Amino acid sequence: MTQQTTTPQRQMTGAEIFVRSLIEENVEIVFGYPGGAVIGIYDALHDISDIKHILTRHEQGAVHAAEGYAKASGRPGVALVTSGPGATNTVTGIADAYMDSIPIVVFTGQVALKLIGNDAFQEADIVGITRPITKHSYLVRDVNELATTIKEAFYVATTGRPGPVLVDLPKDVMATKTIFNYPKSVKLRSYQPHVEGNQKQLDKAVALISKAKRPVLYVGGGAILSNAAGELKKFAHKTKIPVTTTLHGLGAFPETDELSLGMLGMHGTWYSNTAVNYCDLLIAVGARFDDRVTGKTDAFAPEAKKIHIDVDPSNISKNVKVDVPIVGDVKKVLQQLLPLVSALDTKDWIQTIKNWKEEHPLRYNNGKYIRMQHVIQKISEMTKGKAVMISDVGQHQMWMAQFYQYIYPRTHLTSGGLGTMGFSLPASVGAAFARKDFPIVSISGDGGIQMNIQELATIREYNVPVKIIILNNGYLGMVRQWQELFWRKRYSHVEMLSPDYVKVAEAYGIPGFRATVTNEVEDVIKQLFATDGPALAEFKVVKEDNVYPMIPAGQTYHEIIDIPNEKSAPIEGEEQTDLEMVTFSKG
Amino acid sequence: MSETIEQSIAQTARKHTISLLLENKFGALNRVAGMFSAKGYNLESITVGPTEDASVSRMTIVTKGDDAIIEQIIKQLNKLIDTLKVVDLTYDSFMERELALIKIGTTPENRPEIMQVVEIFQAKIIDISHKTLTVEATGSGQKVDAIIKMLKPFHIKEIARTGRVALKREFVGEV
Repeated sequence: MTQQTTTPQRQMTGAEIFVRSLIEENVEIVFGYPGGAVIGIYDALHDISDIKHILTRHEQGAVHAAEGYAKASGRPGVALVTSGPGATNTVTGIADAYMDSIPIVVFTGQVALKLIGNDAFQEADIVGITRPITKHSYLVRDVNELATTIKEAFYVATTGRPGPVLVDLPKDVMATKTIFNYPKSVKLRSYQPHVEGNQKQLDKAVALISKAKRPVLYVGGGAILSNAAGELKKFAHKTKIPVTTTLHGLGAFPETDELSLGMLGMHGTWYSNTAVNYCDLLIAVGARFDDRVTGKTDAFAPEAKKIHIDVDPSNISKNVKVDVPIVGDVKKVLQQLLPLVSALDTKDWIQTIKNWKEEHPLRYNNGKYIRMQHVIQKISEMTKGKAVMISDVGQHQMWMAQFYQYIYPRTHLTSGGLGTMGFSLPASVGAAFARKDFPIVSISGDGGIQMNIQELATIREYNVPVKIIILNNGYLGMVRQWQELFWRKRYSHVEMLSPDYVKVAEAYGIPGFRATVTNEVEDVIKQLFATDGPALAEFKVVKEDNVYPMIPAGQTYHEIIDIPNEKSAPIEGEEQTDLEMVTFSKG
Repeated sequence: MSETIEQSIAQTARKHTISLLLENKFGALNRVAGMFSAKGYNLESITVGPTEDASVSRMTIVTKGDDAIIEQIIKQLNKLIDTLKVVDLTYDSFMERELALIKIGTTPENRPEIMQVVEIFQAKIIDISHKTLTVEATGSGQKVDAIIKMLKPFHIKEIARTGRVALKREFVGEV
């Protein structure tokens, strides 16, 4: 867009070069927090209208917002913070982006070069601290390297397997002047990610596919990161292969499609895990055989030949040995495979899966008191896939994966790898700036919301239209579930007090609503969506409820615990009444 | 049960010499060493120095692991943005050298015997005082181990070893 062919040859400070470089990268929004070491950069930002700056209320919030922006838009997210505590507050967000392969560039202030190592005020070796959790990092020691470094940082963050890149900016470097010259392109001799799949490997894969009787596509976040939903749909329809997705793969394939099996893994659907267990060919598409998916690795898909498409060679045969690895960009590899494959006769296999869906649907008992599943299912019914759903971490995260029907890519945002509580609220801020076409729905438990609740101020200040949902069971529900199931019901420090969330919302100037019984749920959701701008709703849900199906950690498919049919414990010691079974199936 | 599994892993684990070329940039050694500790890989020795091209460093890494671990180590090394080339020399014919400085406490009586050992190993005496003698030994890791073993009965005061450096052998004729 900004093809600056006539770069002005005047001297600029590092801070001005920084801002100009972001404009060259088409950065439209920066999430940040000023401080002493970046005061010069903030001064340079002051007059710039091309870049919107969002002041979060904590640096962790800035990084999660950058992640939310990146996940929802597919473009790199940018965070800007000061040195020392500003920088160390970004660590959790950076680790989160690293685990989930999210392209973000984090700019941290640093003390002046000559003070580095002197324990100067607000000094932290942030490059050292974040080395194991960044894709790459830079300390800019010379203002003449600044523009090239920023170009490289964006290139590295967004290509190959995406990830966070950190750029540390010493205060004096940013005050030094030089001529601004932004490189048009970047080529690193030491970094050339594979894009196209190797033809021999493709041929081997096609041979395996043509012989399969009970194939399954196992689709991960890589399919979304490489924008391959269109190719995936064509591939599945052409070959007639059923599709299960990981937590991060949700949205890569429409769950309204009859080939959809929903999510697999520890809390995946009964039928997806069953299909994977009995399949004779498993095609992993941008997925990494994570332990929450596989359980015990040597018993995962035991009868299947395995094909693995992944852009990161180090993911191949890391956890599970595969028969045919294909290193390459998922979108490109699927494009290469599409003309080579033909329809398989999977009619019987699909019928078998259909029977499993009918025998073991997702289900819950609806009664007087609210169950989280019900709230999520209602939102699903009302939005019909046309919402960006952002979960936090815990029980509600799994139910949001199960009971929302995902249709479009980049509509399910969650902290999957690191499992960061407090992710949802700040991430929803970033997502709201990335997508104006869909409502933004942030769901948290009463634990997670309290970890980054300060971002309500950000939401109010910029009038960010986030629909904030708190599913309050008074417990750290997932830990409580594990204590119930595996630790003899010894509920050690999992029960917690919450503030009055409706009053909290009102204190921040955000309309608040509350539902305490099931028949209020629908109205409250309607009020929430009918409110212009941000709004918050708290749902008091049954205290003790467990997420099923469940394959306990490190175990095999045969240890799966299906959804029991008994009622769950009520809230506040009252009896749960009027039980009614609700069933829900994907595909 | 677990013992037999450990044994079988130990049986297949072997020493590998990996040669790594990487951009001679700030913090590159740190990235490599950090990756080994973060992933819990064994790191027996690591040497780094400039090459014929000033912008490139060569690192020689000696590590131990079964095939799956070595495969991951090589992939993880390749994954580092500054990495230019990774070669596992183990299955090739390669030249390796290590250097050791060995300072030995001496008496007039044992000095000739020490000098004999030094001569047999074609090592060099590079420093001498009334009470000490310092030997420079160069060769394969095994040769350096052997001279140290032979000098052990004397009073070894200090040892400094470089770790292994290695290059692929180009000679391909019958030996």
